[in-house]
Amino acid sequence: MSASKLNPLQPRTPLPSQVVKDDEGSLVAAAKAGDIDAFETLVGRYERKIFRLAQNITQNKEDAEDVMQEAFLKSYQHLSEFQGNSRFYTWLVRIAVNQALMKLRKRRPNQVSLDEEVDTGEDTMPREVEDWGPSPEERYKQAELGTILSNTIAELEPPFRIVFQLRDIEELSTEETAEALGLSIPAVKSRLLRARLKLRQKLNRYFKQGENS
Amino acid sequence: MNCKSIVREISNYLEEAMEPSLKSSIEKHLENCEDCRVVVDTTRQTIQIFCNSEPAPLPEDTRVRLRDALFKHLNKLRTGPRA
Repeated sequence: MSASKLNPLQPRTPLPSQVVKDDEGSLVAAAKAGDIDAFETLVGRYERKIFRLAQNITQNKEDAEDVMQEAFLKSYQHLSEFQGNSRFYTWLVRIAVNQALMKLRKRRPNQVSLDEEVDTGEDTMPREVEDWGPSPEERYKQAELGTILSNTIAELEPPFRIVFQLRDIEELSTEETAEALGLSIPAVKSRLLRARLKLRQKLNRYFKQGENS
Repeated sequence: MNCKSIVREISNYLEEAMEPSLKSSIEKHLENCEDCRVVVDTTRQTIQIFCNSEPAPLPEDTRVRLRDALFKHLNKLRTGPRA
């Protein structure tokens, strides 16, 4: 969906949750007209993703549950404002991110500032350079890999993990991410670069050749 | 083009958001620098692994509890406050 997706990445079959199903538009239209079953289908389709997004941002299970509830509730209440200029899911993500940021700021009022200057200097330079060998996705079971990924992203500071979450997990474009977070496009890009490099470094612990193979 | 500039351009390179001349300078460097090749490749894999990852299913009791609470609220909204 985003214009600047990763062309050098090998083509892959989209996962079920990443397929924009043809009926999304009609489900949204039906939900707008008051069909609660249509809205429930949308909830069922996206609740796991919204919960993961909320969990990754807030790093707290109760907060993530609240965020998911509030996001679906708000999206239902404001459905008439959804104009269909983006995917419904992108619109839902923006609502969930706002709720999650509110929770995060409540818990850590002095620690969560998304717009402060970040240093993208020397400490982003890769320190360990080792090949990962066979695909980690083939070497680990899905649940085990899921745990590694959630533990790894939890180690990033909020400004980095939130930008990474929106760009590389939810697949929002740079522009959509900037708009959702009230950041400039260069700020999104610099945070994303740093997040990607930090995560690469952290995943290196698990995936470097010879480890767990 | 040195190793530091390759790292700074990794995102743009992976997204192919760059001038062809810059892209070919990067590729020329990558041909001769094993370390940068590994960094570019493992960064690409990092993004792919996260992007491909499926969210874990919600525990059934949590899912049911949340779904019930949500639809209770939604039904209240639909019927409006009682007079």
